[in-house]
Amino acid sequence: MTTKQQGTLRPEVSGRDHTIGPATAAITLVEYGDFQCPHCRRAHGVLPRVMKRLGDRMRFVFRHFPITESHPNALHAAEAAESVAAQEGEKAFWQMHDLLYEHQPEWEDAQDDARILELAREAGAGPDVVAADLDSDKYEEHVKADFMSGVRSGVNGTPTFFINGRRYDGDWTSVDAFVAALEEAGP
Amino acid sequence: MSDPSTILTAGTPAPDFTLHVTPDQTVSLSDFRGRPVILAFYPNDFSPVCGDQLGLYNEILSEFHKHHAELLGISVDSSWCHGAFASNRRLHFPLLADFEPKGAVAKRYGVYREHEGTAARALFVIDGDGIIRWSYLSPVGINPGADGILEALEELDSHAGAKA
Repeated sequence: MTTKQQGTLRPEVSGRDHTIGPATAAITLVEYGDFQCPHCRRAHGVLPRVMKRLGDRMRFVFRHFPITESHPNALHAAEAAESVAAQEGEKAFWQMHDLLYEHQPEWEDAQDDARILELAREAGAGPDVVAADLDSDKYEEHVKADFMSGVRSGVNGTPTFFINGRRYDGDWTSVDAFVAALEEAGP
Repeated sequence: MSDPSTILTAGTPAPDFTLHVTPDQTVSLSDFRGRPVILAFYPNDFSPVCGDQLGLYNEILSEFHKHHAELLGISVDSSWCHGAFASNRRLHFPLLADFEPKGAVAKRYGVYREHEGTAARALFVIDGDGIIRWSYLSPVGINPGADGILEALEELDSHAGAKA
């Protein structure tokens, strides 16, 4: 049986991805994340410090992995972030990404999208456009494509990280440990 | 006991078993003859992480069903505990109770961890003839993803296609 090694990122990072940092960086860190997941929120607290330590040596990539059976609002949060990106560009996407995590307790149990739409407005997008995009499931396929790429790459929960294409099963809760693992991957 | 050398490997006939799936219902592996079965051994119900292995498989059940495969979870917990766990996590696939005698099925598949008294995280893909086609023992503390399962199912499909 010709089986690839489990936990290998595919497809590779491309223009359809949301990235921060130089494309030429020696270290690429990909996160499969779910905006409603508390562990991802915790990682969001760690990542800025990791990125600061590594600077231009590292590129960060975010792909959607909403686990909708346990996080019913996660899919709309992800689609809203895509709508914001389509309207206002990558900078706004990352702003929305940050806002969703920072304000997670305010929308995670909500029965509607009101708070998510407010956050989209804060990120600079038109909330009516986002609402219409959510209604028409405009970005559902995009988000699901990210999700399936994660499944095929060996994502085993959220968040799952890949360092230069290999799944990282080590500690990401400590900045020092995470930075050490990343440094090992790049010059 | 969870040494990889002891886990049943591809080509081995899968030992049949009959286990409780609810307090008053049992299933046997042989019930599923004719279609692939994914056996997912795991240590215990109610592991403290969300979005974990079973939650992930639950989310992608439709992908398994595309291959006409049935997913069965197995741990040493009782069927009452499984029921509470499945409803809490909204799991839409059967959880089998390897409860009495404890871990007997896990032992036959070579994935019982004597010291902990639980099954390891181990995966088997069994074909419609009851032969193990792929098996995988996950390192302690690491959830296996679904990539290996899907590859194995695709491999099965391509063989079935070649035969037809």
